[in-house]
Amino acid sequence: MASLKELSTREEIIAPGHRLCPGCGAAIVARMVTKAAKNPLVVACATGCLEVSTTIYPFTSWKSSFLHVAFENSAASLSGAEAAYRALKKKGKIKEDIRFIAFGGDGGTYDIGFQSLSGALERGHRMLIICYDNGAYMNTGIQRSSATPRGADTTTTPVGKVSTGKKEYPKDLTACVVAHNIPYVAQASPSHYADLMRKVEKALDVDGPSFINILSPCPLGWRCPGEDSIGMAKLAVETGFWQLYEVENGEYKMNYSPKERKPLREWLEKQGRFRHLFTPANEHILKELQEHVDMKWEKLLQKSCVNTENK
Amino acid sequence: MRVAMTGNEAVAYAMKQINPEVVAAYPITPQTGIMQKYAEYVANGQVDTEFLTMDSEHSAMSATIGASASGIRAMTATSSNGLAYMWEVVYIAASYRLPIVMPVVNRALSGPINIHCDHSDTMGCRDSGWIQLFSENTQEAYDNAIQALRIAEHPDVLLPAMITYDGFIISHALETLNTYEDDKVKKFIGSYNPKYPLINPDKPVTYGPLDFFDYYFEHKRQQAEGMINAKKVILEVGKAFEKEFGRSYGLFEEYRMADAELAIIVLGSTAGTAKVVVDMVREKGYKVGLIKIRSFRPFPEEELAEALKRIKVLAVMDRSLGFNGVGGPLFNDVRAALFGRNPDIKVVNYVYGLGGREITPNDIWNICNNIRDINLTGKIEKTVSYVGVRE
Repeated sequence: MASLKELSTREEIIAPGHRLCPGCGAAIVARMVTKAAKNPLVVACATGCLEVSTTIYPFTSWKSSFLHVAFENSAASLSGAEAAYRALKKKGKIKEDIRFIAFGGDGGTYDIGFQSLSGALERGHRMLIICYDNGAYMNTGIQRSSATPRGADTTTTPVGKVSTGKKEYPKDLTACVVAHNIPYVAQASPSHYADLMRKVEKALDVDGPSFINILSPCPLGWRCPGEDSIGMAKLAVETGFWQLYEVENGEYKMNYSPKERKPLREWLEKQGRFRHLFTPANEHILKELQEHVDMKWEKLLQKSCVNTENK
Repeated sequence: MRVAMTGNEAVAYAMKQINPEVVAAYPITPQTGIMQKYAEYVANGQVDTEFLTMDSEHSAMSATIGASASGIRAMTATSSNGLAYMWEVVYIAASYRLPIVMPVVNRALSGPINIHCDHSDTMGCRDSGWIQLFSENTQEAYDNAIQALRIAEHPDVLLPAMITYDGFIISHALETLNTYEDDKVKKFIGSYNPKYPLINPDKPVTYGPLDFFDYYFEHKRQQAEGMINAKKVILEVGKAFEKEFGRSYGLFEEYRMADAELAIIVLGSTAGTAKVVVDMVREKGYKVGLIKIRSFRPFPEEELAEALKRIKVLAVMDRSLGFNGVGGPLFNDVRAALFGRNPDIKVVNYVYGLGGREITPNDIWNICNNIRDINLTGKIEKTVSYVGVRE
């Protein structure tokens, strides 16, 4: 990865003055991802917080070319642009080596954009698809998505007399993408910026599709202070809720494997969306959530070649 | 060159001559033949196109938008439910002022599911900001594909264009047509030089920003102007086409209208059958003429009213239903065009051919009888009739 000194000299692709919330994970993630790119970029973005807050006409925060078409189709739209680029290259009409990145939230990537994502991966376009996963439809006001953690209080899974929040565990999108047998897949977190940016560099160097699922804290939806965003992302990693790993040509590699994982409740108790779980009646849910994280961790260990010392 | 081709083959051949940089394909009956043929051209190295086989029509149109915004020519094609499925992005393509040309092979919309011809698919997006050119036969489908590109890319227009033709009747039937030499077509369509390509590292652009109450309206107003300008450009390109290839095209075609008192208005392949019937009833002394609309969007309101100024009774034939309790979409547009311009004309609507139901010369003969009776009695018994349906 480029040194901090070198990174500090690279042009910011996202200009300040955008309208994202203080502490928004998406803004930090987008900045880190674009900073890691050495080539000129064409960025596509699904409808969502990142898109609506960075391109309010007549302004744009994007110093690269930027394409937004709709909610579910950033991967498909960028497929067309990438194909056009190949055609222009073939005809000698463009000299620069351009890289293509599609951003989408979990709504635009796990749910409504899932087909578009799958199609683009299968066709093999050279593009990096970034999911900034904040665990709900935050832009429309915190509705549950298939990425929402079990137990979360959202506006479509509200906690009530007979409800303890979302009933289901999140879809494992990263595993779905791995099943496409593309060259590079990873999970990252903005709390581990060096790991995140190294992964972006790697992904952009791959001659084919690549995908990085990045945890993206949302102070509004998670109900935690904006200044704690990065701390929340870090805790998600340290508790094992969000695993940092990469899958290169099918080979799993864990990138963070602490001697002792912190208990999940340390992450949960800091977020208003899980507050209702901390009652005697819901103790069993906390227990089950912990067991689920443990099970996922074991499964990843089995798939990965890890340093035995850290096991 | 005089050749025999199906409608789909002829349109695929036009696409081969256009040789767009990107084509995004997704199959649907009866359009599939276009993309199969085009895939052969790709497989045999006869085109330079990046050929994308997509996961859906929605993705096909999305990729076409991304490609077109990048500053190159991009095409896709569809029918029926495929068009309905891509409707969201069809509207966005027009809003981004991308001159995409898309053949749409007309097929009835579900449900119930049906694969045969009617116009409900393109009527569903008649006001989506796309130019819509209808074709009577294979020759016109081929000619429209070539002209549509030049119309769409005209700087005064910059709107996408659908060229439509009837499923199976045109798409699958073998007809003879004249094709033109590649270099002549290439010269006619010229090169595409967009002002704001997405792919241009020296001058990055943002496509698709959030556009609120302070600017959205102005952008929509400009888009409306593009559609208004399209009328003039369709005529100019039609003239240029006639000069180069010898066949003349306008906003609509008038057939035996000079001395007509009664008239039929129709879209698509039915015009061919109707012309035969007009000749037959003319022999019986009925003064019937025919207008075949080519440019349904933009709709040639003033020109149509002028062409109909001597007509006493007009039959508007709709191959789709408007579920508005009033009548078909063509009927409503024609009546609106005549309002205040032709106060004495009587207009009736004949809905026909839904889901591929045959329309015969006899059916059209009955329509001629009906409008002659209305002219004689001065009475309209039914404003909207359904032709050949069991009621």
